[in-house]
Amino acid sequence: MYEGVVQNLIDELGRLPGVGPKSAQRIAFHLLAADPADVSRLTEALKEVKDKVRFCRTCGNVAEAEECRVCRDARRDPHVICVVEEPKDVVAIEKTREFRGRYHVLGGAISPIEGVGPEDLRIKELMTRLADGTITELILATDPNLEGEATATYLARLVKPMGITVTRLASGLPVGGDLEYADEVTLGRAFEGRRLLDV
Amino acid sequence: MPHAGRSARREGPTLESVHVALLELQDFRSYRAAEITFDPGISVLRGRNGEGKTNLAEAIGYLAAQNSHRVATDAPLVRHGAARAILRGGVVRADRRALLEIEINPGKANRARLNRSPLPRARELLGILRTVLFAPEDLALVKGDPGERRRFLDELLTARAPRFAGVRADYDRVLKQRNALLKSAAAHRRPPGAEMLATLEVWDTHLAKAGAELLAARLDLTAALRPLAAKAYAAVAQPGGDAPDAADAVDAVETVETVDGASPGTDGTGATGPWIADLTYRSSLEGVELSTDRGKLADALREGMERARRQELDRGVSLVGPHRDELSLTLAGLPTRGYASQGESWSFALALRLAAFELLRADGDDPVLILDDVFAELDAGRRRRLAGLVAPAEQVIITAAVPDDVPVELSGAAYDVAGGAVTRVR
Repeated sequence: MYEGVVQNLIDELGRLPGVGPKSAQRIAFHLLAADPADVSRLTEALKEVKDKVRFCRTCGNVAEAEECRVCRDARRDPHVICVVEEPKDVVAIEKTREFRGRYHVLGGAISPIEGVGPEDLRIKELMTRLADGTITELILATDPNLEGEATATYLARLVKPMGITVTRLASGLPVGGDLEYADEVTLGRAFEGRRLLDV
Repeated sequence: MPHAGRSARREGPTLESVHVALLELQDFRSYRAAEITFDPGISVLRGRNGEGKTNLAEAIGYLAAQNSHRVATDAPLVRHGAARAILRGGVVRADRRALLEIEINPGKANRARLNRSPLPRARELLGILRTVLFAPEDLALVKGDPGERRRFLDELLTARAPRFAGVRADYDRVLKQRNALLKSAAAHRRPPGAEMLATLEVWDTHLAKAGAELLAARLDLTAALRPLAAKAYAAVAQPGGDAPDAADAVDAVETVETVDGASPGTDGTGATGPWIADLTYRSSLEGVELSTDRGKLADALREGMERARRQELDRGVSLVGPHRDELSLTLAGLPTRGYASQGESWSFALALRLAAFELLRADGDDPVLILDDVFAELDAGRRRRLAGLVAPAEQVIITAAVPDDVPVELSGAAYDVAGGAVTRVR
C-alpha cells in the first residue's frame, strides 16, 4: 500500500478494463514522474470526453453534436444500415473504407446471464429508422460469438417480415493466413459459408 | 520380449503404437517434483494408500483429456501452496517422440506446449495421447445418475474427435444463457410478454442447432459402442469360459452381425443369458423418431421446446436437449439401476471402458490403458478375465495398494510409490 493519494490513483486505474494491479501501479508511477503539462493534457482530455461527447440521437454512435459524423454526411448511402454492438465497431468498419452506408449502434448484445435483453439495446430506435421505407438492406455486424449470433437472429426475425433484405457478415478464414493454422470452429464455419467461384 | 509378441499378434497395418515414455510432474497434487520413465507393455505402480499412486494415473489421464477422473475443477490438482501445476509427457508414437506440456492454472486458461512450442489453445493438445482409464469411480457409470453416463459419452466423443470439446462448450454456453432467461421469466411470475417469447425463440434456435450436433454424435457413438459393450460384458462376466481377447471379440461381433443382421442382446435367438448387456440412448424428445440427420434433429428439438414451453417457463430451466438425455443400460432386458448386483454393475462398468478402448483402437491407434486400483474391487474371476482382455494393449499402467491383487498375467515393470517419490524396482 502507498500513501493515500497514490493508492487512490492506482485503485482508480485498476478499475479500467484490461488494467491489472501491476499495470495500474506502473501507469501511476509513470504519471508521477511525467511532465505536469502532459498530465494536465490528459486530465483535460478526460474531462472533455465526459462533458462534450454525446451519443448520436440517430445511430447511437459517439458524437460531438446531436448527430455523429456519419449520420451528418450527406454522401453516405441512406438505404443501407450496418448494425454493430459498440461504437468501436464503427471505427473498425470505417477503417476498411468499404462500407458507404450508415450505422446503428446497439450498445451491446443479448445476454440473459448479464441481464441484457432486447429492451436494453437500441432496438426500438432501429425499428423507428426502418419504419419509413427508405432502408432496403440491413447488414448485421454483431460479434461472431454466441451472444452476437443470438442478437443477429433476433433482429433478423424481427426485420425480415418488413421486406427488408437482411444480411450477416461472413465469418471464416483470415486473409493472408494459412489454412492449417485455422481452428476447427473457424474452418467449420468457412466450410458452411463456402461460395461458388466465378471464373 | 513379451511386447514384440503382443504387437505381432493382432496388428493391422493401420494400427499405430502409442505409449507414454516419460511423465514429469511439478506441483501436481502431492508431488513437488517427480519424473518417471515407462516402457511399452505393463507397468505396475505399487504403494500404500495415500502415497500418490492415483495422482500419477490422474496426471497421465489429464495429459490426454485435460480433465481429471476424480474432480470437476482444476484447483485440487495443484499442490497446496503452489500457484500452478505443470505436467510433461513424453509420448512415443510409431517411433516418433512428442513432448506434451500443460500448465494448469486454476481459474484461468491452461497453457500448453507441444515439442516446446506454445499452442494458441490448450485444446490443441487433445488427441495426441489417448487413454482409457479404469478407476473405482467407474461404478458410478452404472449406479450413478444419468450425468455420469452423458459425461462418459462426451469424453469418448472428444477422445475420438477433439473438436467435440468445442461443440460441448458451445452447447453448455447456450444452455446457460437460455436457463438464465427462463429463470428471470420464472422469477417475474407473470405471463411472459411477446418480447420475452421472441428472445426465447432465438435461444431455442441456437440450443437446437448446438444440441442437434451433440445429439447426432452421441447417437452415432451409442450405435458403435453397443456391440462392443455387449461383447466385452460377456467376456468379463461370463463365468468359466476363458476370456476371449478383446480384439477377437470385435471380429466375433462382426461375424454375428453379418449372419443375422442384428446386434447381440436384441436378436432373441437364444442370446438371453444374464450376461447380455445392452445400451440404449434415451432422448428427452419422447416419442420422436431419432435420425442422425442434424437438420431433422434440430427441428425435432425446437418442436420439443415449443411443447415444453409452459413447463419450462414455470420451472425456469431448459427441459429439452441432450443435457437431459440418458444412456440406459440393461442386462437381459432389465435396467441395471435397481436390478444389477454389485458384481454385475462392476462388469458393466468395465465393459463400457473396454468398449471405449476397442472403439478408439478401431480409429487407428492404440490408447494407453490405465487401471487405477480396480483389481481391489473385483473378485478373482473378474480379475483374471479383465487381465486377459487388457494384457494385449500396447501399454498398460496399473496402480495397486496390494500387489497380490494384480493377476499374474499382468506382471511387468514394477515401481514403488512412497513419500512423494517413485522408484523403479523391476
